[in-house]
Amino acid sequence: MSVVADSRRRGDSRVADVLVLILVLGLVWQAFYEMAGDVAMTPPLATIGYAVRLMLAPDFWPNVRATLDAFGLAALISACVGVPAGVLLGVHRLAGDAADPVLVALYSVPKIVFYPVILLSLGLGLAPVVAFGVLNGVLPIMIFTMHAVAHVKPIYLKMGRSFDLTAWQLMQTIAFPAALPEILTGLRIGLSLTFIGTLLSEMFAAHAGVGHLLITAMQLNQVPRIMSLTLLIVVFAALLNTVVVWVEHRAYGHATDS
Amino acid sequence: MKPAVALRTAVLAGAVLLLEVLCRAGVISRFTMVPPSAMLVGLVALLRSGSLNGDLLATFTAVAIAVVSAVLVGVLAGAVVHTVPRVRRILDPLFGTYYAIPIWAFYPLFIVLFGLNEIPKVVIAFLYSVVAVVVNTLLGLDRVPRVLLKMARSYRMGPFETGVRVVLPSAAPFIITGVKLAIAYSLIGVISTEFILSSRGVGYRLSFAYLGFDNTTLYALIVLLLICVTTINQIVYAWEQVLLQRWGRR
Repeated sequence: MSVVADSRRRGDSRVADVLVLILVLGLVWQAFYEMAGDVAMTPPLATIGYAVRLMLAPDFWPNVRATLDAFGLAALISACVGVPAGVLLGVHRLAGDAADPVLVALYSVPKIVFYPVILLSLGLGLAPVVAFGVLNGVLPIMIFTMHAVAHVKPIYLKMGRSFDLTAWQLMQTIAFPAALPEILTGLRIGLSLTFIGTLLSEMFAAHAGVGHLLITAMQLNQVPRIMSLTLLIVVFAALLNTVVVWVEHRAYGHATDS
Repeated sequence: MKPAVALRTAVLAGAVLLLEVLCRAGVISRFTMVPPSAMLVGLVALLRSGSLNGDLLATFTAVAIAVVSAVLVGVLAGAVVHTVPRVRRILDPLFGTYYAIPIWAFYPLFIVLFGLNEIPKVVIAFLYSVVAVVVNTLLGLDRVPRVLLKMARSYRMGPFETGVRVVLPSAAPFIITGVKLAIAYSLIGVISTEFILSSRGVGYRLSFAYLGFDNTTLYALIVLLLICVTTINQIVYAWEQVLLQRWGRR
């Protein structure tokens, strides 16, 4: 009973923390507004009003749909390519050692450098948007998975071998579950980057989507529109992140849930 | 040569060679990609002409300012936040979500705040990097063993001496990770901002070459940026090894 009450109290204080954070951010925002004025930004409450009006406008939801389609596809490809490739590189030491520095170097290169290459080879539309999302997201997923699988405790694998498991069984019942928490961390980082990549790519390569709305607003300097779109993007990103963190915590077990 | 290095070199060389052949054979059209050899020739010509010097200087000055300020502010802020657990708990969700925020959307705002010059670019790169430094400083400070702090107290070390001789070496691996991320993120921040909205710098030249279908310059710039970023990473990696060795880690 006390455990239940305790965890509820902890949940309550976490909600309170988030509310405090939102309040503080709102105040900082308001302070910046007082400094910069209407030319540069809109105050928090007015922005929420704009955001609501934006969401009620008929042209908004088809664009959200386009972004979610592209993001969903890019996220799916990033995960379906990144995790298996990472597992393979993690299991095969030589290939992993050979690939590691190259992957890490590519990870820290600004992906926008490759953006013209993608546009030149794929043209405009859905394909380059998805491709750029994947380019941003797949590397962290691959790197995290590879390191996680390569660093599974040797004693687990020894035990598996003394049970005479085949390579496939070893991977399925020991290596993958043992590496799962770190793989999920990689997925969380990868999905955020995929999302940013998708939006960024939509700014130049697409004629629909939230990124397209944003760049149009930026070019026309429609300040309320920029602010409310950015607010909605941040809220969406926060929700996405919360969901994945929640899954991650469950995978780590309650031991690390502090 | 180690087998991993040999394999890596072979694969990379094979890939470049394959690209060269595909481009020369016309499987990949010149409008999509120029052959790797032509990229190098273009790069040499571009560097020789000197027309890029101003942009290179602008880009890397912005990166340097952003990195230095992000590291100074980030380590300091991390140290302060670490002493107040309540503040840290409140900020935690912000740190988690931070890198999903498209910071360049604030560029027009920064232009109004700071003017049409290099400052908005630096501010974006700074904002992009500082949180990574703060988060890694916090993680590093978490890892300082209690027993070492106790020992410092029994040796009657002052706060400054404790900081320099106990806390910093223990937290160093994480803080160095923060610095590495700050460098990577500052490069990303500056070059992306230049590509999207600026009128100076290597990122701008890249976007200009792309819009003008000047593929030779475009690919020369891509190769140049890849070389620069990889070199910087290698230097930082070597520096990390030296520091870790000096502080008795490893």
